[in-house]
Amino acid sequence: MPLLWLVLILLALSVAGFFLGRQRALASAGGNSKDLHSLPSYYGHNVALTGLVPALGVLAIWLLAQPLFIESRVSSLIPEEAIPESSTLGLVMSDVRRVAEGLDLAVSEGVMTPEQARNMRSEFSDVRGRLGEIGVALGSDVRPEVLNAAQSYRNLSNTGTTAMIFVVALIAAVGFAYSYSKTHKDFRARNVVEQGIMALLILAASLAILTTIGIVLSMFFETINFFSLHSWTDFFFGGTWAPNFRGDSELSILPLLWGTLYISVIALLVAVPIGLFAAIYLSEYANNAVRSFAKPLLEILAGIPTIVYGLFALLTVGPALVRFFGQGENGILGVEWMSGATSVLTAGVVMGIMLIPFVSSLSDDIINAVPQAMRDGSLGLGATKSETIRQVVMPAALPGIVGAVLLAASRAIGETMIVVMGAGAIAKFSANPLESMTTITTRIVSQLTGDTDFASPETLVAFALGLTLFVLTLGLNVLALAIVRKYREQYD
Amino acid sequence: MSENTQNTPRPSSSLLELTDRTKRRNAAEKRFRAYGIGAIAIGLLMLAVLVFNIVSKGTGAFQQTFITLDVELLESKLDKKGNRDLADIKKVTTFGYSPIIRNAIEAKVTGLGIDTPLKAKAMAGLLSKDAAAQLREFVVANPEKIGDTVEFRFLAQSRVDGYLKGRVIRANIANDKNISSEQLDLVDALVEAGVIAKTFNWDFILGADASDARPEAAGIGVSMMGSLFMMLVVLALALPIGVAASIYLEEFAPQNWLTDIIEVNISNLAAVPSIVFGILGLAVFINYMHLPTSAPLVGGLVLTLMTLPTIIISTRASLKSVPPSIRDAALGVGASKMQAVFHHVLPLAAPGILTGTIIGLAQALGETAPLLLIGMVGFIASNPPQGIAEGLLSPNSAMPAQIFEWAKRADPAFYERAWGGIIILLIFLVTMNTVAVILRRRFERRW
Repeated sequence: MPLLWLVLILLALSVAGFFLGRQRALASAGGNSKDLHSLPSYYGHNVALTGLVPALGVLAIWLLAQPLFIESRVSSLIPEEAIPESSTLGLVMSDVRRVAEGLDLAVSEGVMTPEQARNMRSEFSDVRGRLGEIGVALGSDVRPEVLNAAQSYRNLSNTGTTAMIFVVALIAAVGFAYSYSKTHKDFRARNVVEQGIMALLILAASLAILTTIGIVLSMFFETINFFSLHSWTDFFFGGTWAPNFRGDSELSILPLLWGTLYISVIALLVAVPIGLFAAIYLSEYANNAVRSFAKPLLEILAGIPTIVYGLFALLTVGPALVRFFGQGENGILGVEWMSGATSVLTAGVVMGIMLIPFVSSLSDDIINAVPQAMRDGSLGLGATKSETIRQVVMPAALPGIVGAVLLAASRAIGETMIVVMGAGAIAKFSANPLESMTTITTRIVSQLTGDTDFASPETLVAFALGLTLFVLTLGLNVLALAIVRKYREQYD
Repeated sequence: MSENTQNTPRPSSSLLELTDRTKRRNAAEKRFRAYGIGAIAIGLLMLAVLVFNIVSKGTGAFQQTFITLDVELLESKLDKKGNRDLADIKKVTTFGYSPIIRNAIEAKVTGLGIDTPLKAKAMAGLLSKDAAAQLREFVVANPEKIGDTVEFRFLAQSRVDGYLKGRVIRANIANDKNISSEQLDLVDALVEAGVIAKTFNWDFILGADASDARPEAAGIGVSMMGSLFMMLVVLALALPIGVAASIYLEEFAPQNWLTDIIEVNISNLAAVPSIVFGILGLAVFINYMHLPTSAPLVGGLVLTLMTLPTIIISTRASLKSVPPSIRDAALGVGASKMQAVFHHVLPLAAPGILTGTIIGLAQALGETAPLLLIGMVGFIASNPPQGIAEGLLSPNSAMPAQIFEWAKRADPAFYERAWGGIIILLIFLVTMNTVAVILRRRFERRW
C-alpha cells in the first residue's frame, strides 16, 4: 500500500512543518510574538498547508487522470484490424484490462515472476490457461495484440505510480522549503493562510457540483456505449424486456416504466389521502398534546430504513395479501387471483406506508404557511371549520400540496429496496395489481449485481436505465421545488 | 298584535332548533374530522403493526437451541499415530469427526434410557452441520485433550431450533427431508431430559454469516464491522467537507449565479435516488479507479456522497441560527472574518452540526440500495477484519446488505435472522437518533 504510506508521510511532514514554521517565525522576532505580523500559529499553518495541500491536490488529480491517460495510450496500440467485427474498441480494452489484472494477480501470488509476466508471448504459452489457474476466467483465448497491450498497460501503470510518488514528494518538499524560507516576522502569514482556507472551502462547496457531474458523466458514457451496441429505438419504443446473456436481447424501458409508474400510483393512492388528512387534522384540529404525540410517532415511519419496509413487504404484507386473494378454497375470499407474495399491490401499499410521513410533514408545513387571516375571514362569515379548510385553506395550499405530491412521486419512482423485495421480476404490461411486475430500479440492481460484463448490452443497459431514472426524478424535483417556491412567494 | 303572533305557527327556522341544512353541515364537519382522526389512526396502526411484526418475528433470533453432549475424543480416530503432532491432527477433516459425534449422541440417548427407533446417523441429524467443524476447531486448539471426554454445547440444526420456537410444526414436516417425526419425538424426550435447551445467542450478534445449509450458525457481527468501517469513512469525509461547504455557502459566498447553481445543485442532490449513487460508485470508484469491490472503503465513499447534502443542509441551518451580533462583536474587536467564523460562529453552531451529522449517519447506516451495486451482497466474510487497513479494503458486507442477503435465501430459518438483524439495526438507529435529540435539547441555545 504505497499510497497509504505516501499520505501518512505527507501528514507527518506537515505536522513537523507546523512546529518548524512557528519556531522560525518566533526566532526571527527574537522570541517576542508581539513583533510578528500574525499570531505565531499562522506561520506554522502556512508552512504545513503549503506543503500539504498542493501535494495532496496533485495526488488526487494524478489518481484520477492516470487511468484515462493509460487507456488512451494503450488503446492506440491496438490496430484497427485487431478489433473483431462484432466488437468495439471498448470491448477489446476491457479484455486488455482483465488480462493485465490477471497478470498482476499472478505476480502477487507468486505464480509468475515479474519478468515472465512482462515477456510472456501468447504464441508460445497458454495465457488463458495459466491465468485460469489462479482464478482469472477469460472469455476467449488471448490474442497477441491484447496480450501486448495488457503488458504495456501494466508497464505504464507501474511507471505512472512510481512517477506519481516522486512528483508528489517533490511538490511537498518544494512547498515546505519555499514557505519555510518565506517565514519571517514581516511575512503576512494570516492573510495567506486565510486565502488558502478560503480556497479549500470553495473546493468543498464545489464538490456537490463535481458529484452531479460525476453522476451524469459516469452514466452518460456507458449509455453511449450501450447505444452503440443496442438500438435506441428498441430501448425507448420497443415493447419487450427480455435480456438474454447469449446476445440478441430485447431491452425496452417501456414495460419497466409501466411497472414503476403503476407501483408509484398505488403508493400515492395510499400515501396522499392518509398523509393529507393526517396533516389537516394535525394542523387544524389537534390540540397540542395530540400534536406533540402523533407527529413524532408518524415521523418515525420516515426514519425506518427501506430494507425494513422491503422485508415487511416480502414476509408480511405479501403473504397476507395471498391469504386474501390467493390460495383458492383455503383463502379468506376463496379466490385464486394471486400466486406469489410479490405483486404490484404488495410493493405499492408498503411504499405508500413509507411515504405517509413524507406527504404529511410537507403538507403540514404548507398548510401552516396559509395566513391565519384567511381562516379567520372564512370562520367569521359563518363557515364551519371543515368548510373553511375545504374551500379556503386547501385552494390556497393546493400548489404547495401538488409540489409535495410530486416530491413523493419522485421518491416512489426512485425507491429501490421495497420493489426489489416486494414487486417481483417479471416485465410486462398488465393492469392486474395482483400480478408481480418489475421496475426500473429493480432491473438496475439485477443487471449490475453478480457477474457483470461491462462489454455486453445486458449490463450496460443498467446505465441507460439509471440515466433515465435520474432525469425523471430530477425533472420531478425541479418542477416540485419550482411550484413550492412560487407558492411561498405569494404569502411571504 | 301579540295575540296575532301567538296564533301564527312558530317560524320554521329557530336559532335553537337546527335546520336540516345545518345538521348536514355539522355532520359533514364531524365526518371530516373523523377522516383526519382515521388517517392518523391508520398511520399509527401501521407503525404499531410494523414494530409488532419486527419484535415478534425477530426476537427468536436472539435465542438459539443447543444440544449438550459428552464427547469422547477418541485417540484412534483423531490422532492415529498418537504423537500429538498438530500437522497430523489437522489432516483429519471434519468428515473424520462425524463418527465421534454420532457415538456421543447415541451414548447420551441410551444413557438416558430413551427409546427411539432411530439409527445413530439420524440422531446426529439433530445437530447442526457446523458441529463437526466446531469440534475440530476445539481439538486443533487443544490437542492435549485428545483421549479425554469433554462436555460440548453443539448448535442444534435449524429445524430442531424451529420446532422449539414453534416455527416448525409436526403437521408440515411430511415433505421435509431434513427432519422426521421420530426425530421430533427424540427432541421432545431430550428437551425433557435437559439435553436440548435454548439459551441466549451471542453468536448471532458477534458471529459471521454462514452458508445456505446452516442458518443456525449465521450471525451479523462481521457485517456490523463492515458497517462500522463504512461509517468511519463517512464521518471522516462527510463531516469536514460538509462543514467546509456550508461555511463557504453561508458565510462567504457572494450572491452570484455560481452560488445559486451550487445551492440548487445541493438541494437536488438530496433528492436523487440512492441507487443512482450506487451506479456512480460502481462506475467511478470500481470501474474507473479500480478500488476493490465489496470493500467498506468504497461503500463509505458512496455513502459520503449521499449524506453530504443532508449534512450541508442541516449545518447551514445551524450556522444561520447564530445571530449576526456574534459576528459583529468579533469583527468589532479586530478579528478577521475568518477568525470570527472559526472562533465564534462555528463553536456556537457545533451542537446543531453534530445533531445533523448523527442524523445523516443514521440515514447512511440504513441505506442498502447503493451497496448492492458495489458488491456488498452475496459475499460471506467468515472472519472479522484484523486492523484498520483490512477493515477498509478487504471485502465485507454491511448490516442492511446482510439482512437483504438473508431475506433472499430459501430457508425460512433465515427470515428469523433477517428480522433479528433488523432489531439490531433499529437499535443502532434509535440510539443515534436519541443521542441527536438529547444533544439538541441539552446544548441548543435560543437567541
